[in-house]
Amino acid sequence: MRPFVYERPTSVSAAIAMASGPDAVRVPPTGADTQFIAGGTNLADYMKLGVTRPERLLDLNTLAEPALRQIRIDDDTIRFGALVRMGEAADNNDVRRRCPLLADSLKFAASGQLRNMASLGGNVLQRTRCEYFREISWPCNKREPGSGCAAMEGSNRQHAVLGTSDACIATYHGDFAQALVALDATVDIEGSRGRRKLAFAKLHRRPGETPDIETDLAADELITAIEVPLAPWSSRSRYLKIRDRESYAFALASAAVALDMDGETVRSARIALGGVATVPWRAREAEDALQGKVLDEATAQEAAEAAFADARPREHNAFKIPLGKRTLVRALLETRNMKG
Amino acid sequence: MNQAAPAPRENQGDPVVRIDARLKVTGQAGYPADIVTANVAYGALATSSIARGKVSELHTKDARAVPGVLDIVTYGDMDKADTPKFGNTGASSIGPLHDKTVFHDGQIIALVVAETFEAAEEAAMLIRADYENERPSASFDSKGVKMEPAAGKSPMFKEDAKAGDFDAAWADATVKIDEKYSTPTQHHNPIELFSTTAIWQGDQLTIHEPSQNVTGWKVELARQLKLDPANVRIVSPYIGGAFGSKGPMTARTAIVAVAARRIGRPVRCVVNRMQAFGTQIYRAETRHRIRMGAGKDGRITAFGHEGWEVTSRPDPYVVGGTSATARMYNYGSVLTHVSLVHADRNTPGYMRSPPETPYVYALENAMDEMAVALGMDPVEFRRINEPEKEPIGGKPFSSRSLIKCYDQASDAFGWSKRDPRVGSMREGDWLVGMGCATAIYPTAAAPCAARVRFTADGEVRVQCGSHEIGTGVRTVAGQMAAERLGVGMDKVSVEMGDSALPPAPVSGGSISTASVCSAVMKACDAIREKLFAAAAGRGAPLAGSGNAKLDLKDEKVVTETGKSAKLADVFKAMQVGALEEYAEFAPKGSSPEALSKLYAGQPEFHGGEGDKDSVKYAFGAEFVEVRINSYTREIRVPRIVGAFAAGRIMNTRTARSQLMGGMIWGIGQALHEATEIDQRHARYVNRDLQDYLVPVNADIKEVDVILVPETDHQVNPAGVKGLGELGNVGTAAAVASAVYHATGKRIRDLPIRIDDLIG
Repeated sequence: MRPFVYERPTSVSAAIAMASGPDAVRVPPTGADTQFIAGGTNLADYMKLGVTRPERLLDLNTLAEPALRQIRIDDDTIRFGALVRMGEAADNNDVRRRCPLLADSLKFAASGQLRNMASLGGNVLQRTRCEYFREISWPCNKREPGSGCAAMEGSNRQHAVLGTSDACIATYHGDFAQALVALDATVDIEGSRGRRKLAFAKLHRRPGETPDIETDLAADELITAIEVPLAPWSSRSRYLKIRDRESYAFALASAAVALDMDGETVRSARIALGGVATVPWRAREAEDALQGKVLDEATAQEAAEAAFADARPREHNAFKIPLGKRTLVRALLETRNMKG
Repeated sequence: MNQAAPAPRENQGDPVVRIDARLKVTGQAGYPADIVTANVAYGALATSSIARGKVSELHTKDARAVPGVLDIVTYGDMDKADTPKFGNTGASSIGPLHDKTVFHDGQIIALVVAETFEAAEEAAMLIRADYENERPSASFDSKGVKMEPAAGKSPMFKEDAKAGDFDAAWADATVKIDEKYSTPTQHHNPIELFSTTAIWQGDQLTIHEPSQNVTGWKVELARQLKLDPANVRIVSPYIGGAFGSKGPMTARTAIVAVAARRIGRPVRCVVNRMQAFGTQIYRAETRHRIRMGAGKDGRITAFGHEGWEVTSRPDPYVVGGTSATARMYNYGSVLTHVSLVHADRNTPGYMRSPPETPYVYALENAMDEMAVALGMDPVEFRRINEPEKEPIGGKPFSSRSLIKCYDQASDAFGWSKRDPRVGSMREGDWLVGMGCATAIYPTAAAPCAARVRFTADGEVRVQCGSHEIGTGVRTVAGQMAAERLGVGMDKVSVEMGDSALPPAPVSGGSISTASVCSAVMKACDAIREKLFAAAAGRGAPLAGSGNAKLDLKDEKVVTETGKSAKLADVFKAMQVGALEEYAEFAPKGSSPEALSKLYAGQPEFHGGEGDKDSVKYAFGAEFVEVRINSYTREIRVPRIVGAFAAGRIMNTRTARSQLMGGMIWGIGQALHEATEIDQRHARYVNRDLQDYLVPVNADIKEVDVILVPETDHQVNPAGVKGLGELGNVGTAAAVASAVYHATGKRIRDLPIRIDDLIG
């Protein structure tokens, strides 16, 4: 690991001021000389591996604003401060009661130790675990733009089938983000050019020609809060995560489902897919296919077909298409069977 | 899950608590990289990013500029050391810094030494190599691999087993199966990382490194560095996971020793997990073809087992598990053949039950297929083919309790409740499947020395250069001494893991308990004789009881008639404070030079199928239940039951723990473990515990271990059959059979994953 400067700002505005500079708008946050660190569960690992090489780290754990560490629940929203730990949110009974999908997407992620360290703001910004991205001797368009993609013709069992490009097929591995994108969450962002509120669905960028640009954030912008609107579908919601082992593994396929039902009929469905896409993946085609239909095995299957209509498999990950569909079918039926 | 300390049954020892349990769970056990050494410098490896070619130029300028860097050891810096030798003590013949040829991905190209670990790592990452890159061959199907017969390439695999006329029997068989199976590359990934700490004092070299073979390493390292073996010491008191990976010494040990000599300071190099994949051994990838023919009565008439194994370009590492599969059942005829496939890979090596795990996986999967083809219960099919004698040499088994194991395990499992029809058992959305398989492991022993000191106050010190690799060998060696000398375990201390102690063989092949306990027993018996002679001598405390049988109990010499003399009084009568005996044990069939070879680090193994009088194996039977989700096809294992018979069980707690760990590993081999290889570049891709999957606690539910009583006086004086490697043999086949039972899909290539079942 290279030596770096470590500083501890005590307020959001101080952190932003320390991070701003000409570079903050020129390069993506992941390539900036100054980077923020919270739980460090992903960044510290990637610094050791040489994947990312900040000159300076700003530790957000010393920020004084209490709201950063609070979960606020009222009649129509759940608001998570960005420094709330994953474990804390996963274990919050009110979060679980109001929206099981949120709690489960956190609980099924990582391990207890990691959940106790990782912040929610950092969690949604975690980077891909593509093996070729993690190991710096391979070419990788995300790590070194223009160097090529070793995964495309390489070992790509865990790679994405949705939202890929000719430059990158790396999976977005997070779980919580699938819940957020399904539930129309927003993020509060503060930066040197002011505050803004962004739809969570717009936070991550598909790889396209520039897989190194992963989010809409500038290097001097901080996520301060995540807000999830509560709606008729929130309580009948579920996160189903299918993986190679029972715990402590990334999803091969996952489905975040929230349903507003009128008897047997779907009034409104919210669906996102994980483990199969390059970014948190809202499956609007599947939602549309269910709208106004009686939810049964057949309509669930139609929705799943719609969700994966544009899927593009590579040599080792073709199984993710049938697996992704069945994961969604199972999640829809299990969610239907929940009490509304 | 059954209790941690099962009540001993016949011929089974007490579940004595491990003598190092408290040290380990409180973090006080000092592992080799924990040893505090003054003025230590830190080493970090730089490794190749290609698998085949030559290093044309190495750029070290940036690395040397990192503050704190003391030295970079690379080509031309090995001080005329000899290249490593491939064999039982050496992992590979590749001397990575002796020659700029690159034989595999992740080959060492330099060792950076710096004042801090961080500086060493930073500098190692800054080393850049220019290569003359050649197209590598990754595995079986790659262009450019070289295939050759395995027989005769390794002293442990002299010939392909055969018996009778296979071709004729195969042609005549009424029911036949002819199938292919495969097992992937697997890496050990012990939680204790690989490390070397080298300390010179004058011309004396001490190496602290996790090792399963301190005596062998001492001799081999002395050879490489051209030192007198008496001036080399290998210290490895505790080992955090070995399973074969710390058996043979790798090239790193000599490189770190050379670095320490160059800078005149101790050097410690802890290898990171990614680099371990290329610098250590691993389980070779194997392929199998099994042809099995049987009559309608279920009797096997023809058994053909062909195996192919990947190894490195220069080294003929042989897995060779046909020795065991060819002797498993009462086949009418046997034909086996093993081939090596040389590719651009590092040299594979031992990994828990090296030959048996992959080969028995193929055999036992085939046995289940044949049982299905015959419409026969798989347990009944094995019962019908239970042999009187092993089919290759016609020798009897020294003992064989396989059917007892099947009976006890199937009862505990509830096998009779299994509906044999495929896909017939279900619970809600979960398909239920049940399968079983045989476990087998050869029982061997090797020469071993031990020193035992017994003092007047009843203190016992046992010294033996064996290795506590987590099996509990220190505890059972102590138990043996406590039992023979009639004292409590609280009076016993056991020293191991140091080449300065009496030599023991490599801790591999499940020989340690038998070999070490036999040597300890011999030393204790010599002490007993001296004490008894003194106790019954003229004017001694038990004078006149010369003909009565004497024993040691509760720190007393006791007679059959109930008379006794305090230990202290006997020592007083002898006018000595301590008795010390040095004993050398050599198993039956040892050559006249067997003991001198032990000191030279080349122990002979005896037992298994090699003895004249009988073949010696431990057996077991494992039963597995799987659940497979009918939508998403993930496979879970709610319970596994194994029954094992392994002669005298020294300690039911450590025995159960070994077998349980083996079965859990077997589940991992069935469902999780595989090293991924980029076939274009012959490079390992999933080099960490994030992507190299092993079971986590949540994957393991009920594990039931049954210790089946068995007595075998032929195997060795201690009557012990090693069981450290028995538990994970057969498990993967039992899982595969259960998956078939649940789904009707026969998965022949490990690991079995959702990918195989979802289509």
